[in-house]
Amino acid sequence: MKSFTPIVLGAVLLAGVTVRAQNQAPEIAFESVANPLTLPDDIYLGEVGGVAANSKGDVFVYTRTGHPTISIGGSRAFAHGGSRLFQFDRSGKFTREIGKDSYGMMFAQQVRIDPQDNVWIVDQMTGYVMKLDSGGRVLMLLGRKPESVPVPAPAPGAGGRGGRGGGLPGAGAQSDVFNRPTDVAWDSAGNIFVADGMGNARIAKFDSKGVFIKSWGSRGTDPGMFGTVTALAVDAQGNVYAADGGNKRIQVFDNNGTFKTQFANVGTPSALCMTPGPNQFLYSSNSNPPEDFDSGGEIYKLKLDGTVVGRLGKAGKRPKEFGTVNSIDCRSENSLLVGEVSNMRVQKLTLR
Amino acid sequence: MTRRFACVALVLVLFGASASAQQKATAQNVQEISYTSVPNLLKIPAGETLGEAVGVATNSSGHIFVYHRSATTRLWEFDRNGAFVREIGKGYYGFEFAHSVRVDPQDNIWTVDEGTNTVTKFSPEGKFLMVLGRRPPAVEGAVATATGPNPPAQKYIFCRPTDVGWDPQGNIFVSDGYCNNRVVKFDKDGRFLAQAGSEKAGSEPGQFNLPHGLQVDGQGNVWVADRTNNRYQVLDNNLKPLKTYTNLGVGWTVCVSSGPHQYVFASNSNPNGNAPGTWANTGEIYKLELDGTILGKFGHASKEFGGFQVVHMMDCRNPNEVIVGEIESWRVQKLVLR
Repeated sequence: MKSFTPIVLGAVLLAGVTVRAQNQAPEIAFESVANPLTLPDDIYLGEVGGVAANSKGDVFVYTRTGHPTISIGGSRAFAHGGSRLFQFDRSGKFTREIGKDSYGMMFAQQVRIDPQDNVWIVDQMTGYVMKLDSGGRVLMLLGRKPESVPVPAPAPGAGGRGGRGGGLPGAGAQSDVFNRPTDVAWDSAGNIFVADGMGNARIAKFDSKGVFIKSWGSRGTDPGMFGTVTALAVDAQGNVYAADGGNKRIQVFDNNGTFKTQFANVGTPSALCMTPGPNQFLYSSNSNPPEDFDSGGEIYKLKLDGTVVGRLGKAGKRPKEFGTVNSIDCRSENSLLVGEVSNMRVQKLTLR
Repeated sequence: MTRRFACVALVLVLFGASASAQQKATAQNVQEISYTSVPNLLKIPAGETLGEAVGVATNSSGHIFVYHRSATTRLWEFDRNGAFVREIGKGYYGFEFAHSVRVDPQDNIWTVDEGTNTVTKFSPEGKFLMVLGRRPPAVEGAVATATGPNPPAQKYIFCRPTDVGWDPQGNIFVSDGYCNNRVVKFDKDGRFLAQAGSEKAGSEPGQFNLPHGLQVDGQGNVWVADRTNNRYQVLDNNLKPLKTYTNLGVGWTVCVSSGPHQYVFASNSNPNGNAPGTWANTGEIYKLELDGTILGKFGHASKEFGGFQVVHMMDCRNPNEVIVGEIESWRVQKLVLR
């Protein structure tokens, strides 16, 4: 028994490195603002895929609510419904619904606001990345919804979602058709980056007019490869930060997709947000999966070199706890909006 | 007489799967409790239709909540006289196939939906407060109906849950359900504390075969309608088995009245499908003391008003006015016991 001790100790020390790096991050004190959003009596949030604020403080919530439905008839099954986009004013009062009964809204994944206050939504099931103007009109569509869905669904790993262009799982498909995309971001020149995502494992780059330029990455564990790409952020220099949830790391690329570095000290990154301004920070959520509320769940604040500045929160259902954070808005560095999947809510956090 | 027995025997053979669900109660010499059913109880708004009335509950003001399966699953609130007040949760993501609605001591409204595997807490005003469990994500596509053994039960994920209750401390108890076979205890904030049973069906004490209804009494003991085992089980507050009652027929649903002297109501509901002979054997509701003493029984299977068509749930806030929701007659009745 004695002879094993050094080996066991060594293993514990080695295994402990990343854990300690996470746990030694200082706690950031914060409050959760009570009732940040006021909903009409006949509207209910479902799982919150995305939350984002525009320059006026309007809040947009893209949520999985209503009833995802498959229609029976003909030789194919058609799927529709299941997600809605809501707008609130800066006081949290409900303003309106955008895109009611849209063809592109089935499984809300993310909403982001670009510097011109356009509203971009990413839908994981229809595969659309939709650019809407501030009035809610469609300006640009990336991707295309599969016309029909196979019933029953193919086994995991058996291929794409039944539409064209899904390609082999994890293939670095050189096209603008996505397979369970997860996020969208822009550089200062207006180039568009799409995380694609859960079905594919790549990042696609488009110019500001939606012309496909290139994509990089495929399924794997090497630098530049992804388990899944769950979130994206771009800094002021145009570097691309990709949450590689499947490999428990954030990878950093230059503007053309050349791997630069990775951060593996923040658990399973599932949502990212880059603060604006000259001194940028990156928020990353180690989101708990919906089946586990007893570990993880915290949000990290990082410098752009990967140094962890602090952490906040943990998994749970009370205020100041998180249930599968899928979205972070950090337009203001110390006032975050957080969208939760398994708690079906938005929290507004004030950091001390 | 002999012929009838042969007939019943044949039916039992033919309907082997449902035979256990049409069990005649073995309790003997039980007194009949007379009752009347209040005519025209619920005033349904013009143009609306009540569906399978699987969930019914009242709040402290006597308002009646009905969680039912119409074209979509919906939750309606009526006042104590049955006038329609409002709809709650219209279009809510956690409503797909109703199973139970209960109102807690603070008048919060809880729904249990076996189509989305969620248990949801709404405020007395109908605002969303908390959800337990998770709807299977649509993005994973239409999954083929499961066959074979149930997958392992997970702490925070339900598999067709059936009912919810609370102890005096506010801990939450969920019966789960059709494809798990367990009872789960959470704290008031939804954090997992304990479970009895597992994904596997079993017939030992503390095991379940379709736990279909659940309520908690004032001592914090948990009453479980263990349907396919044809029994009711009582568990202590930490989910250790205390007692089993096997003399009340099928264990379909259970209700515990409020107040200092609590009564238990247990329904030997006639089975779905109404196999021949079942109406003669089943359909009655038993009234018990908390120690299991049977005080009486009432009701019978019938499609006519005043009779029952598969009582799915009972409200017994007032033990002299039991409100029942029926699956197969799309009906809610208020029964005034004498």
